[in-house]
Amino acid sequence: MTTTSSNPNPLADTMPTFIGMPKFPTMAKEALGNTQQRRNLQHATHTIRAKRAAVVGEMNDWEALRRNGADTKDEVLAHLDTYLEQLEAKLVESGATVHWARDAEEANRIVIGLVQAEGVDEVVKVKSMATQEIELNEALEEVGIAAWETDLAELIVQLGDDRPSHILVPAIHRGRAEIREIFRNKMAAVGRPAPEGMTDEPRQLAEAARLHLREKFLRAKVAISGANFAIADTGTLVVLESEGNGRMCLTLPETLISVVGIEKVLPTWEDLGTFMQLLPRSSTGERMNPYTTMWTGPAAGDGPQNVHVVLVDNGRTHVLADEVGRQGLRCIRCSACLNVCPVYERAGGHAYGSVYPGPIGAVLTPQLRGTGSAIDQSLPYASSLCGACFEVCPVRIDIPRMLVHLRTQVVDEHRGTRNAESSAMQAMAWMFADNRRLQKAQRAATLGGKLLGKRTSLGAIPGPASAWSGARDVPVPPKETFRQWWSRTDGGRR
Amino acid sequence: MSQTDARAVILERIRAAGASSSAPAEVPPPPPDTVLDESAMLELLVENLRDYRAVVTEVNGPELRPAVDAVLQRHGCRTVTVAPALDDSDRPTDAFTVIEDHGLSSQELDGIDAVVTTSRVAIAETGTVVLDHDGGQARRALSLVPDVHICIVRADQVVTSVPEGVSRLRPSVEKGLPLTWISGPSATSDIELNRVEGVHGPRNLEVILVR
Amino acid sequence: MRVALFATCFNDTMWPETPKATVRLLRRLGVEVEFPPEQTCCGQMFTNTGYADEAIPLARSFVDVFEGYDAVVSVSGSCTGSVREQYGDLAKRSGDTALVDGVAKVAPKTYELSEFIVDVLGVTDVGAYFPHRVTYHPTCHSLRMLKVGDRPLQLLREVRGIDLVDLPSATECCGFGGTFAMKNADVSVAMGSDKVRHIRETEAEVVVAGDNSCLAQIGGLLERQRAGVRTMHLAEILASTEQEAS
Repeated sequence: MTTTSSNPNPLADTMPTFIGMPKFPTMAKEALGNTQQRRNLQHATHTIRAKRAAVVGEMNDWEALRRNGADTKDEVLAHLDTYLEQLEAKLVESGATVHWARDAEEANRIVIGLVQAEGVDEVVKVKSMATQEIELNEALEEVGIAAWETDLAELIVQLGDDRPSHILVPAIHRGRAEIREIFRNKMAAVGRPAPEGMTDEPRQLAEAARLHLREKFLRAKVAISGANFAIADTGTLVVLESEGNGRMCLTLPETLISVVGIEKVLPTWEDLGTFMQLLPRSSTGERMNPYTTMWTGPAAGDGPQNVHVVLVDNGRTHVLADEVGRQGLRCIRCSACLNVCPVYERAGGHAYGSVYPGPIGAVLTPQLRGTGSAIDQSLPYASSLCGACFEVCPVRIDIPRMLVHLRTQVVDEHRGTRNAESSAMQAMAWMFADNRRLQKAQRAATLGGKLLGKRTSLGAIPGPASAWSGARDVPVPPKETFRQWWSRTDGGRR
Repeated sequence: MSQTDARAVILERIRAAGASSSAPAEVPPPPPDTVLDESAMLELLVENLRDYRAVVTEVNGPELRPAVDAVLQRHGCRTVTVAPALDDSDRPTDAFTVIEDHGLSSQELDGIDAVVTTSRVAIAETGTVVLDHDGGQARRALSLVPDVHICIVRADQVVTSVPEGVSRLRPSVEKGLPLTWISGPSATSDIELNRVEGVHGPRNLEVILVR
Repeated sequence: MRVALFATCFNDTMWPETPKATVRLLRRLGVEVEFPPEQTCCGQMFTNTGYADEAIPLARSFVDVFEGYDAVVSVSGSCTGSVREQYGDLAKRSGDTALVDGVAKVAPKTYELSEFIVDVLGVTDVGAYFPHRVTYHPTCHSLRMLKVGDRPLQLLREVRGIDLVDLPSATECCGFGGTFAMKNADVSVAMGSDKVRHIRETEAEVVVAGDNSCLAQIGGLLERQRAGVRTMHLAEILASTEQEAS
């Protein structure tokens, strides 16, 4: 039994909000005060931005590749039912077991059941956004199963009792000195301690992670992964990674459980030709990531012999139903939009209150979760609409357009309840509806301009204008508007 | 019972979302692949492999065994594992202890210095070698656990672009073989976005290109 | 060719020197622009804040006012972007097929100033004179919505006497973003402060852009810092001549 099976709007409980999350501007203000984090983020986003630009610049026709990626994903979304059925049939044929989950709770229940059936109390995990989204680690912990994150950044976050702040580099907000402290203080409690005399040199920190995790890889019986792509016509799952932790998890254990969002399907094997170019270049800024594993059910005598795939909806069909919002499901989680976003760079990932931060999070989270909470209502506004995200998106998601669409949804949901903003907007709309009303308002403004005499700007002013004038001067209105000038001089001819 | 429900409900939600009613969309083809002649293609492969810190040795056929030996010597390796199906011509000489894999455990593999494998395809444009783990390529754990991976690539296995590589791999996938795409040794950029080579996978990738 | 000036409510009310300069400039280039007085506001602020219902009548009024012209020239890249890229969605929402048709006709002939001069008039040397050190900030909507590319720079490079210097990290947003500047004031100011730092690094006397709204953000910060750098709209530099300077 699930609670949401017949609910046409299965939100609110699809993706948990980080507890008691305040609105974006409040969180962002706090983040801006953290100078260490700001420096880390600035350095990291600018480094990866430049790497991406360089490898994208190597391509003959990146734009055509982007279009092919976007069109392929749109084709998937247009016939998602058919492709999922085809994927399922191919997976079953290859010897994998397929499970379906309507929401997070159902997905977690399925995974827990599979792990318990193997009689183990620990699993190793490959970095996966889907399992973060459904908060699988927490669900496993509740039933006494330890889930070891094996990606270096995820390990830093897990050991540091922290939250991820970036899709690709979840510990992007941490500097090397902080990472050293986390390893020194936390590794011993859960396994092999950090080596004596470990410095904060990245090579030494990576070595500490290698040693700490190796014993876990070698003894693990069950691994849990996500998938970057699931190929409908062959039943193949694909995981891209860099460190080899993914290969360890996908190869050494006896049982492999992959939690896959239903939008991850690609129609044919050949489609990988496009996506294996788009994703690495957009995400890590490399021509190709160091390791990719592709598997088609269990392989005789090689790797896990029990292969499970859990196909998860968790709000995705709700996104699919929205004509403008649907393109959010094209997302391949590359995080290029985060790295170029001026708001993300300054506010950091935690301000977005979700496992999906940055521009894509600002559109995806309110769609998956709905716009019921304060944080989710504020997310569509967490953007200056500068459009840098759309420019780099490898599958051409028009994030600015989606943000405006979601803002409209937030306003529409509150129509009928008046607030300061809606009253002001309605008053201005009334004024602009007729040029005579506008002229009347302009006369008041120019009168103000005349009263202020020679001054061209004003400093800090109290009241609602303080949001602007706290750090920025306010321009003084002119003594004559353009319209007044035009009629006085006949367009400058008198 | 609940599983059948979940499947039916999700498929029904998709249909209700109105996204599945339209006729098949015509997806225009991706841009054409880069075309290079063979020598330019091999040169690009070597350049890109090296750019991602793989060590490349270029040999003619008969020089292969000495080249394998030389790489092992350079890394100070004594024990080497190989697939039973690996040809004699691809194996190191008796100067090294060669351990054929007849179901070695992960712990046993962890105690072995190096592995020698062949490969299925190599992609020049990205500096990638792809293994489908058939025959001399060994099962996946072999090219994963030991710290030195010597991978033999033959010139006729090299393609220029990713899409070409993908199409060449379809037969492997249809046979149900797993694939491992390898572009340089294991690496991470998780600490301040600086690339560090060598985390969990083999920290040394040695590619021997046989012309 | 009948050409209308869309002064935009913001420039009409707060920055009249910009549309005035535009009239002088276009007249010098042989274009007699008309100013239909019924025009008010394109509605961008409403659209971008989520008030689509409030924006729809303004879109309808824009179409009514400008339908009869061959070209509409606007002094704001951002307002032009709203007409060209957002009116379609508004018209669709209204369910009014006449509006959908009207938008389809008016939107493609609405131009930002540099597009109109370079693409429609086919001119890059407008005969301007401006003997000052100037740096150019490409505003996000002109850059990424309208894709004006280097048209403003093509025009500026031909200005006599100008000392045009590159702005570091030029394509990064100034942080204005309409109501974003108020709703997320802290992030907005942080973005603007970085922009202003880059502007000051150039040691320019003047920072020029195609949108006075972005310049209000930049200018507000420059003024508060008493930086001694002026903000000017592209139209005002292009309208400047030797006669005026002497």
